[in-house]
Amino acid sequence: MAEQVYFEDVEVGQPIPEIRKNCSTQQLVIWAGASGDFYQIHYDLNFAKRTGLDNLIVHGALKHAFLGQVLHDWVAPGGRIEKFGCQYRGMDYPDQDIVCGGVVTGKSVEGDRHVVELEVWTQNPSGQKTTPGTARVVLPSRG
Amino acid sequence: MAESAAPSVVTDDMRAQLGVEGPETVSEVTTTGCRLFARAVGHGDAIFFDAEAARARGYRDVVAPPGFLGTPVYRPNAERAERAEGPPGEGIKIPYKRILNGGTTYEYFEPICAGDVITSRGKVTEYQERTGSIGPMLIVYRETTYRRADDTVVAKVYGNIIHY
Repeated sequence: MAEQVYFEDVEVGQPIPEIRKNCSTQQLVIWAGASGDFYQIHYDLNFAKRTGLDNLIVHGALKHAFLGQVLHDWVAPGGRIEKFGCQYRGMDYPDQDIVCGGVVTGKSVEGDRHVVELEVWTQNPSGQKTTPGTARVVLPSRG
Repeated sequence: MAESAAPSVVTDDMRAQLGVEGPETVSEVTTTGCRLFARAVGHGDAIFFDAEAARARGYRDVVAPPGFLGTPVYRPNAERAERAEGPPGEGIKIPYKRILNGGTTYEYFEPICAGDVITSRGKVTEYQERTGSIGPMLIVYRETTYRRADDTVVAKVYGNIIHY
């Protein structure tokens, strides 16, 4: 794990480290079991095609959870995710890169909480942000 | 977006449901559930897998990964019962046939760890009607509150479903 990021080290406009995902159908099956979402468009290609899709699609909630990982890995071990969310704007497919990233949009001190606001997203190979969202984390302070 | 040209589909029954909490759902945050969720996402931090690693970092037990609020509960025949009576706690009949999940936001107030039993209740907080590129739509905003056994609110989940 990377070294602890402190509130004082962070600047508005700063990107946070990206995580590159590439979902196998096996990963989508594991997610189906973990999340309880067994809708077959995520792992049964024949079923997906019968519903008019060209391919299996990655669960939106899994992409949301990827954003949780990007944020967790950035703030851990001493920071904490307070809020993170996204909109589902576009589909992603198995065996294609999903780049998960974020950028700092704001900093504030509220009492003893050192709060950092971010934009977060997953991005497909064409550069489209398929799950844009926002997040709020607290970081430890050097002070 | 353009002003909605279609007649409103929000009924008095639907308006009466605003802010009314639905029935309780109970789910367990298990070590197995945390580990499977963390594995599915691809987490590498040991606090999501190993109790000792979690305790060494000040947590009570294996930590629930971001987005995990308990092992999904499967109830035999629940789907059939829901179809007969409508979704629990809702008198909502929406004429649009198709739905899209518009988005989800999780807000955390306390760390959630294996061993926690979480009770959740949801409510509809807002209806929005618009006409967009996919035609007239109704956006239903929901908020679900998650409480630990000691009644501490540990998380809230905000979501919206687009009916069109």
